[in-house]
Amino acid sequence: MQLFDIVFYVFAFITVVSAFIVVFSKNIIYAAFSLLFTFFGVAGLYVLLNADFLAVTQVLIYVGGILVLLLFGVMLTNKVINVEIKTGTIQTVPALILVAVVAGSLAGLFYSMWRTTGSPQASVSATTRTLGELLMTSYLLPFEIASVILLVALIGAAMTARRNRKA
Amino acid sequence: MGSLESFAREFVAWLPHVQLAHFLIVSAILFAFGIYGIATRRNAILVLMGVELVLNAANINFIAFARYTGTNLDGQVAAIFVIILAAAEAAVALAIVLNIYHRFQTVNVDEVSSLKE
Repeated sequence: MQLFDIVFYVFAFITVVSAFIVVFSKNIIYAAFSLLFTFFGVAGLYVLLNADFLAVTQVLIYVGGILVLLLFGVMLTNKVINVEIKTGTIQTVPALILVAVVAGSLAGLFYSMWRTTGSPQASVSATTRTLGELLMTSYLLPFEIASVILLVALIGAAMTARRNRKA
Repeated sequence: MGSLESFAREFVAWLPHVQLAHFLIVSAILFAFGIYGIATRRNAILVLMGVELVLNAANINFIAFARYTGTNLDGQVAAIFVIILAAAEAAVALAIVLNIYHRFQTVNVDEVSSLKE
């Protein structure tokens, strides 16, 4: 068992346990903060997969942006008198059956291929430059469309969230 | 019983050597948790958290396949687009949730069943 494997198991443990807390915790605040650890664990997995730029992007956008947005949502949509914000669950049994089917089929797929996977292809190197070149050459059109989508989402979110509309 | 025993021995021998399938299994677990959260939570923001878990699971798959089967970084570019769309989705969804809260005084997705007053 090499260092790579140990680090993988540490990050996988962090990710899975905190995702479990996100889904099963009764307290919304606890769920939101364990989502933080899930995102950090996933960023660690990205580093292990030689995706350094994506790991930093994950921390910046998910932790710095999306998680803060979600926390704003939690704070603004509950009457926060104390931190005890509870929530219920519904349809537990059908959801469990659905999840069992999904996870079982995925596990079956992976079981059928687990012996055939070899070692990683490319050697470890920095990816940022290559990613930038790809975004400016092969993926230029999706890149521009994504920027337009971000602009539309920004304006749409601002318009939707505005409190008192005159028109 | 013999086949089960050999399977268990093979599994234990496979476990410490991290390969593509390990990452895929972590991603499958994340995906299953996300689906469970989407299906069972009543609070709209917790449903959003489930969606984020599913997107993260998809991203792990993209990057793991890019690392283990390809020689280029196309999978990582796809993951970048997933992150971009997740950010846009979170912003718009939060705006909608705030509007729902102002109108219905709740974010319980069961009770919000009308499009118009």
